[in-house]
Amino acid sequence: MELLFEKSRPGRSHGYLPACDTPVYSFDSSLLRETDAAFPALSENDISRHYSALEERTYGVNDGIYPLGSCTMKYNPKINEQCAALPGFTDIHPLQNRDTVQGCMEVMDLLKRDLCEITGMDAMTLQPAAGAHGEFTGMMLIKRYHELRGEGEIRNKVIVPDSSHGTNPATGAMNGLTVVSIPSAEDGSVDLEALKAAVGEDTAGLMLTNPNTLGIFDKNITEITRIIHEAGGLCYYDGANLNAVMGVVRPGDMGFDCIHLNLHKTFSTPHGGGGPGAGAVGCKEFLKDYLPEDISAAYPGVCFGENSIGKVRSFQGNFLVAVRALAYVLSLGREGVRKSAQTAVLNANYLKALLADTYEMANPGLCMHEFVMTMQKEHKETGASALDIAKGLLDEGIHPPTIYFPLIVHEALMAEPTETESRESLEKTADIFRRVYEKALADPEAAHHWPVSAVIGRPDEVTAARKPVLRWHSDN
Amino acid sequence: MGNYLSHNEEDIRIMLDTIGIGSEEALYSAVPEGLMLKGLPDLPEGLSEMEVRKEMKKLAGKNKVYDTVLLGAGAYKHYIPAIVSEVIAKERFLTAYTPYQAEISQGILQSIFEYQTMICELTGMDVANASVYDGASAAAEAAAMCRDRKRSKVLVSAAAHPDTIAVMKTYAWAAGSELALIPEKDGVTDLVALASLLDDKTAAVLIQQPNFFGMIEDAEKAGEIAHASKAKFIMSVNPISAALLKTPAECGADIAVGEGQPLGMPLSFGGPYLGFMAAQAGMMRKLPGRIVGETKDEQGRRAFVLTLQAREQHIKREKAGSNICSNEALCAMAASVYMAAMGRDGVKQAAIQSASKAHYFAEELGKAGFARLHTGEFFHEFVTKVPCGADQALAALDEKGILGGLKLSEDTILWCVTELVSKAEIDLAVSVLKEVG
Repeated sequence: MELLFEKSRPGRSHGYLPACDTPVYSFDSSLLRETDAAFPALSENDISRHYSALEERTYGVNDGIYPLGSCTMKYNPKINEQCAALPGFTDIHPLQNRDTVQGCMEVMDLLKRDLCEITGMDAMTLQPAAGAHGEFTGMMLIKRYHELRGEGEIRNKVIVPDSSHGTNPATGAMNGLTVVSIPSAEDGSVDLEALKAAVGEDTAGLMLTNPNTLGIFDKNITEITRIIHEAGGLCYYDGANLNAVMGVVRPGDMGFDCIHLNLHKTFSTPHGGGGPGAGAVGCKEFLKDYLPEDISAAYPGVCFGENSIGKVRSFQGNFLVAVRALAYVLSLGREGVRKSAQTAVLNANYLKALLADTYEMANPGLCMHEFVMTMQKEHKETGASALDIAKGLLDEGIHPPTIYFPLIVHEALMAEPTETESRESLEKTADIFRRVYEKALADPEAAHHWPVSAVIGRPDEVTAARKPVLRWHSDN
Repeated sequence: MGNYLSHNEEDIRIMLDTIGIGSEEALYSAVPEGLMLKGLPDLPEGLSEMEVRKEMKKLAGKNKVYDTVLLGAGAYKHYIPAIVSEVIAKERFLTAYTPYQAEISQGILQSIFEYQTMICELTGMDVANASVYDGASAAAEAAAMCRDRKRSKVLVSAAAHPDTIAVMKTYAWAAGSELALIPEKDGVTDLVALASLLDDKTAAVLIQQPNFFGMIEDAEKAGEIAHASKAKFIMSVNPISAALLKTPAECGADIAVGEGQPLGMPLSFGGPYLGFMAAQAGMMRKLPGRIVGETKDEQGRRAFVLTLQAREQHIKREKAGSNICSNEALCAMAASVYMAAMGRDGVKQAAIQSASKAHYFAEELGKAGFARLHTGEFFHEFVTKVPCGADQALAALDEKGILGGLKLSEDTILWCVTELVSKAEIDLAVSVLKEVG
């Protein structure tokens, strides 16, 4: 498809601004750029049709199931969007006098209070702009804690299971910590012996998701957090998988000291093709003084002292995402929060049960909100891979699960249907998954060239990385 | 009360039977008994959609919306063409995940590729990434790109936005590296001081253009001084002024970053905003976050993919340069639609009109006894003394529905004017200020 620039025709434009009604100021020419930025020249109709065509070439949650494991691609309620579009929120300057932004501050305080209750934390910040940003912030709280106790130099290691999200070790490194990767048991849970062997006087903390990336609730969780605490470390909860347990079990009760939440996963705010998200960070009372500085300190129990780690983002973070999340929590309420989690687990187990005769499961038995299948045996015997299955699903018009993650399962397909799928949708999905499996095994060679009905076939990623073309030029 | 679930009792029974368990509670049998929350969480009861709307409208109503905005300081109210919000509200763009499955994500991928191209055009740089969280974190990420074992100190101008400095400071503290301030003199970065602060441990120098006080820095000179010490030169630029003023590339910058909010994003009490990042080709593989590249599919058709992923956390884990994963994709799309709709003349017009109106306001204020604090050239923000005191001046404007500038001290204010403010509004503000003296 043509790019905006290729559709550009000299002279095409639309008048969005009136003529300047004050004298026009001219800067000294030495301050001006030599040539104008070559933005495209298009009519508004050209632009409108361009983006409609691009939308046709995009798959959204509204198109069908989006069972990406660890991503919680649930339905994004429309009322949330309308709330976030209210001029009383969109037209507020972040540096307005506090007396004139009481509504914004109340939104933040209400959301913080609810998130604290759901997670079992005592204080919360909404400043981090995404999950990884939240991880970074949360681990800084732990770093600060050790630093102020005079142990910052010694406690320089963070323990991360090998089944973790890649952001966990990367976050440790950004905090100047050495990452100690410990092996997981077969079901992805923490190997207690490996953990005991890894902890010591140099332990800053542990980063963990629970349920883990295999969709299993770690039954030893209180033992795990106890081992870390006894060694003098703190426990960080990666909230990517909170959707399985919100309103049912609280990370704070499991022994975690701080946590981030992905509001764009668990709290239904849309992903926008890769953001904006929001990564609220919660912590226990003893860490709250280290939270980022925050304008919204009206909520009792939250204060921001001289020990704050400082700011992690300008102003107050992705405020309109917080508006959407609050609208969602207000809708669900105390019953709805638990019911949603329970239904997410029900749906995952139903889909798993429907697929168990076809796909080999990485773990038998019940799962939480997601489960992992493996194509290891089939790949070895026939060459049909997890990637082939994923691409075959595209031809059937649905989004594939997360593939090749977690790293501890070979040829992994990780599915998270979420609570907002109906029974028919799950059954239809299972039919498609089975059909694609059978087709792939029947003709693995053909499967390597799937998809055949998408707007493009498999792209040449090797050339893309070796000879990068990262922008358009008028001569290419 | 409101929920987004679809099962009835029969559905649940069929599903439980298929799974082979007797109740929904049994789904959590793996959770140790003592950990289960006793009773429901202490949250309000769920509301109907009608009640949610009322509640949220009530909250929004507690904020004051101003007709006239003379406050900038890092968040700018420009005119946003109607098509911007219409395009980014399209359901697929709004709800799609990160485009890892390229074959069904060509729309998002192409839009990012177009965005990268326009950011390169705006800054004059060779490559741009798909965005980071905001202008401040973009500056912090740029600093991280420049640091290595030998050179770990970064110098940032004291005339940069306070939040940019604060965020850079936080990131530097986490990484265990040094961040030092270059002092400000008469509203601009003190380049003599810069020269004396540079040493063989300095990895990079960052200045903001126009700076926090609205002043136009001698960026070329700053770049020359940085490069003379073999430090990298980073510029944080306002994207509207970038359409008019010398580009970061023309000023010799190695990396250009900035807050993209002025490109079609509303004020929104601070977010979502957009951090843009662009660099010279030699630093391409150090750029953090997602980058889209053009390639071909098996049949030779044009295709776009996320590329150079070997830099990123999901591949490199603790060896990645940054942990960034989600960025601000939809805001990047808003910026693209804004730049495409306004066009090269339109964005430049927004810059010229903002600067023209700001200069008119400064002149009128000068006549009314509000003298400028600094002497050099400015773009669309400037600082004046306020004889009657900042609080009194801002309160008088507030009464007329005008959001005044940012109080910097008891008797100085940082003012901002964009193309949205009419001459009549400026004249009204001046007359109000004249009255309070």
